[in-house]
Amino acid sequence: MFEAILLTVITASTPLVIAALGELVTERSGVLNLGVEGMMIMGAVAAFATAQLTGSAYLGILGGIVGGGIFSLLFGFLTLTLVANQVATGLALTILGLGLSGQIGEAFVGMPGVRLQPIVIPLLSDIPFFGRVLFSQDLIFYMSVALVFGISWFLFKSRAGLKMRAIGDSHGSAHALGINVVRTRYLAVLFGGACAGLAGAQLSLVYTPQWVENMTAGRGWIALALVVFASWRPLRVLAGGYLFGAVGIGQLHAQLLAQSGGIAIPSQLLSALPYVATIVVLIIISHNRRTTLINTPASLGKPFVPDR
Amino acid sequence: MRIELQKRGNTSVLFSVLSPLLALALTLIAGAIMFGLLGKSPLNSLYIYFVEPLLDVWSLHELAIKAAPLILIAVGLSVCFRSNNWNIGAEGQFTIGAITGSILPVLNPEWHSPLILPLMLIMGMIGGALYAGIPALLKTRFNTNEILTSLMLVYIAQLFLDWLVRGPWRDPQGYNFPQTKSFQPEAVLPEILDSGRAHLGIVFALIAALALWFMMRFMLKGFQVSVLGQSERAGRFAGFSARKMVWFSMLLSGALAGLAGISEVSGSIGHVQPVISPGYGFTAIIVAFLGRLNPLGIIASGFVLALTYLGGEAAQLSLGISDKVSRVFQGLILFFVLSCDTLIHYRIRLILNPSAAQEGKS
Repeated sequence: MFEAILLTVITASTPLVIAALGELVTERSGVLNLGVEGMMIMGAVAAFATAQLTGSAYLGILGGIVGGGIFSLLFGFLTLTLVANQVATGLALTILGLGLSGQIGEAFVGMPGVRLQPIVIPLLSDIPFFGRVLFSQDLIFYMSVALVFGISWFLFKSRAGLKMRAIGDSHGSAHALGINVVRTRYLAVLFGGACAGLAGAQLSLVYTPQWVENMTAGRGWIALALVVFASWRPLRVLAGGYLFGAVGIGQLHAQLLAQSGGIAIPSQLLSALPYVATIVVLIIISHNRRTTLINTPASLGKPFVPDR
Repeated sequence: MRIELQKRGNTSVLFSVLSPLLALALTLIAGAIMFGLLGKSPLNSLYIYFVEPLLDVWSLHELAIKAAPLILIAVGLSVCFRSNNWNIGAEGQFTIGAITGSILPVLNPEWHSPLILPLMLIMGMIGGALYAGIPALLKTRFNTNEILTSLMLVYIAQLFLDWLVRGPWRDPQGYNFPQTKSFQPEAVLPEILDSGRAHLGIVFALIAALALWFMMRFMLKGFQVSVLGQSERAGRFAGFSARKMVWFSMLLSGALAGLAGISEVSGSIGHVQPVISPGYGFTAIIVAFLGRLNPLGIIASGFVLALTYLGGEAAQLSLGISDKVSRVFQGLILFFVLSCDTLIHYRIRLILNPSAAQEGKS
């Protein structure tokens, strides 16, 4: 029983972790992309369509990454090349993504999806309990773990990561040092979009292998909150992602329990829990102005026009 | 090839006027391409989508009905956005306004007094304002990002409405449909003309737009909005309080969204049901930007976006395209508006051969 619940928590948390990690990298470079929800749903529909047309869930993953990535370049072009307002452009990305995915997905409504099969790692998967929970998962879960440690290493141990953080904290100084601010930010936005697309692919290939309109259901926004919660640190994203995932699964089980036990808890109240939890967590994290100020990339959301 | 931006000395007046029109033209071109890809004749489709709904009286009334909430919400949002407060939860404030405004007719279906309608409208505004007060409180008291909190509150409001109409507010004689009893005639917002359904909502919208235009143009409060939005520091030197501005802009936009909510429920639906809005609160963000955050511009852009809803319905009927197409159009419009706005502040230069350009300069 406990093992089964843990497995569902992992499945529910993985897309949050991946999307938040991508946004973390984007924000560390000083760009605030509020379009996570839009890129995620585009990834979900692209992954589902690719898997459906090719019959391969792995090509589906690729489709999700490419779909989210290409869509994020639209945001990049507007905010980095045309220096449009980042908040407004992010909203535009979400609105367009929700509409476009609905349009594209129309043809796939009600079709049985292609489920991504787990990869059982020999030997390790024989470890009692942990083997089945951690080493008999699907590829996207392994990717999420690799991303956490990979991004940690990149940001804090590599030269390119140091440059990127410099851009995020002061794009003017970074530019004066000869770092190509716009190019780096394009790459960071693209990475964020690819991660959001991968997270979307997880939703339509693993979490519920079918296409449902608006199937992201606000997860992109929760991922954005997660980045603030994690104070822009990858390992804390992992912890926070699992906390949020657990809240989501916990409320589902509470609904089932209440139903079978005949207790009259309105299902809507329980469904609202993840959103309430997000607000509560944001309050706890943000109430100390000084630590917030220290953790936030200083150039976040500010436009940059290189003077030549 | 590279695109380079050059800051203009002054903002371009020409492009301030031209940019929304340019954006609309680009949207039409993109739309024609999209219809072509869907295997429809582009010109005929655009005609059905954007022109036909304007040709008969019935659909002009529908246009006014859909423009009313968009304009009401968007003028409130324009004050928020101008003062740099990002309230994107208008959809939730709309929902709560509809709920609080409906308390009287739902709980007192036998109360036939002319007082009921004004009270409903006021309660709707209070409900919307209080709901927008939550992110304002969290922002001023706990420094919490209002974008995320106001958006999370949308989901919560929609779930609350869903619970209400399936639970305590459900009409016992309603054959188990999740909706309340129809409002008594005194609680229904009257129609403005005999020729169709358009109700007083559009009048409220026009009054709100004119009032806010006056405020932004001629009153100290409007000046405070602009100064604090452009530079909080400059505002502080002038003695303006950024904290009070958060409250002012959020409560104002919440109240207007709430008024839009109760007007929609009372004027065009007539009862409360689980879904009362096709995303007006989010589309109003587009309306605000297409109107260049100017209340008068927003009146025009409100009608344009209302047309995308009608066109979506028309396209569904006569072209067999899903009405999702209207969401795509709305997203495209916002994209093109934001891109074209660059022209107001910058000159755009296309540099075809970057190395040659560098040499020419040095």
